[in-house]
Amino acid sequence: MTASKSAPAKGSGAPMVKAEGVHKSFGTAHILKGIDLEVAPKEVFCLIGPSGSGKSTFLRCINHLEKINAGRLSVDGELVGYREQNGKLYELRDREVAARRRDIGMVFQRFNLFPHMTAVENIMEAPVQVKGESRASARERATKLLDRVGLKDKAGNYPSQLSGGQQQRVAIARALAMEPKLMLFDEPTSALDPELVGDVLDVMKDLAADGMTMVVVTHEMGFAREVGDSLVFMDDGVVVESGHPREVLGNPRHERTKSFLSKVL
Amino acid sequence: MSVDVEKSDRSPAGTPSPPESIKAIPVRHYGRWVAALVVLGVIAALVRAFASGNVNWGAIPEYLFNADILKGLRNTLLITVLSMVIGIVLGVILAVMRQSNNRVTSSVSWFYIWFFRGTPVYVQLFLWFNLGLVFQYIDIMPIYKDEWSDFMTPFLCALLGLGLNEAAYMAEICRAGLNAVDEGQTEAAHALGMSHAKTLRRIVVPQAMRVIVPPTGNEVINMLKTSSLVIAVQYYDLLQAAQNVGRDSGVVVEMLILAAAWYLIATTVLSIGQYYLERYYARGASRQLPPTPLQRAKAKLAGSFHRAGGAA
Repeated sequence: MTASKSAPAKGSGAPMVKAEGVHKSFGTAHILKGIDLEVAPKEVFCLIGPSGSGKSTFLRCINHLEKINAGRLSVDGELVGYREQNGKLYELRDREVAARRRDIGMVFQRFNLFPHMTAVENIMEAPVQVKGESRASARERATKLLDRVGLKDKAGNYPSQLSGGQQQRVAIARALAMEPKLMLFDEPTSALDPELVGDVLDVMKDLAADGMTMVVVTHEMGFAREVGDSLVFMDDGVVVESGHPREVLGNPRHERTKSFLSKVL
Repeated sequence: MSVDVEKSDRSPAGTPSPPESIKAIPVRHYGRWVAALVVLGVIAALVRAFASGNVNWGAIPEYLFNADILKGLRNTLLITVLSMVIGIVLGVILAVMRQSNNRVTSSVSWFYIWFFRGTPVYVQLFLWFNLGLVFQYIDIMPIYKDEWSDFMTPFLCALLGLGLNEAAYMAEICRAGLNAVDEGQTEAAHALGMSHAKTLRRIVVPQAMRVIVPPTGNEVINMLKTSSLVIAVQYYDLLQAAQNVGRDSGVVVEMLILAAAWYLIATTVLSIGQYYLERYYARGASRQLPPTPLQRAKAKLAGSFHRAGGAA
């Protein structure tokens, strides 16, 4: 099935993410059964679907946390996990994989902040350790990022001293500190208490307004409708339906989409 | 509604009358009194028995800082520290080997742990001592050549015996610690573009330490006591010194009690060190670090001053 994205709402040119016939299995479990899609630069691309449909797995393939078994997956024109030379694929070394991941930020469902570091240290860690930025300049930028996500006064707090919503906003700031060209969100609000969801979504909306390319696995249909430029409904490892969020959510064509939406909306 | 009533009841700020505390006759715990008396009685009887026994108590303080005893103590501490260093370094290597994707290294690590954990350390010490039956010479070609019996001093026997045995235990402790760190931590670090080595060093190991340090502290304390087994390879440790001095001066039991006292002192010091080390690695894990005994004492002192001030 092809996700025919006729006209991206924003941006243009080469796709930021391009998937062609992507397959992934864990042992005998066939999770992704041929995913084709394109994410344009500056686009907010939402992935929805029932749990187990493979949307998180696909997201994790984009920055090579999972290895795909078949098909082609590229980010900003570069193959994920491989180098192509004279028509042959060469697996990338760990170092090269790490280098490509620098440009892709990821936000996890369970935050995954480093518990032994304060909020500001969490944000400084990668710029200092990976990019070799000076601690002073990293700290300055980290403080600004904390301000941007509304947590200026929490710089010295450890993650365990922050609420879930605050932790997730620190996690977003941590990803942004690497100045990525693409941000991946893996159900960023699913582990949060309902009253904390809004703060995180506000930060994400802000980011979208700034023109960040975002791939968002989410159950927040309101966010998808309001902020999303395109939306894909996945089920059982395939793309069932895709299009503009308002269109897919408001007027689903496929039976499976209809039955899923009737349960979550 | 009822909450509001309660609040308005209490809120008038002009009347600072603290609620009257309950006056009731407390339950008498006669059983506790009886148990306490019985235990105290047993302790008193034991103290009396030891005090009136045929033990020359005066000899203990007399020999406490005896030169031979101190030399033994120094050797015990030395062998404990060095064996632990070998144990920890080799243990970390074995733990990493055990987890590696390379079948050969992981099997070798498994075999090592199986052997050294599965045989008594006392037997291992004897084996090191008698290894001269297998190797007559040690010959590291250009650097060193000697007869095995000259090379394998009691010190080296003790060091290898204890250190290599300890490595097997430390390997398991380190492995448990590394496994205890949530996989999401590694993923988050990788997603930020950190390499395997950096992820291990900056993210995983510092968190694993929280799990590794307490049992390692126990291992150090254990090692201090286990080191008394090096008497098997004729290394001059605290116990050996105590026995020698005791035999020469006719105060055998007294010197054993003295050795026990020194072991107790050393383990106590180590426990204190362990407390602070654990506290250091607990940062971030709990919302509030527990106060150190020093801070607690200060707080108590300050509190009592407060109370005294209030009363005056």
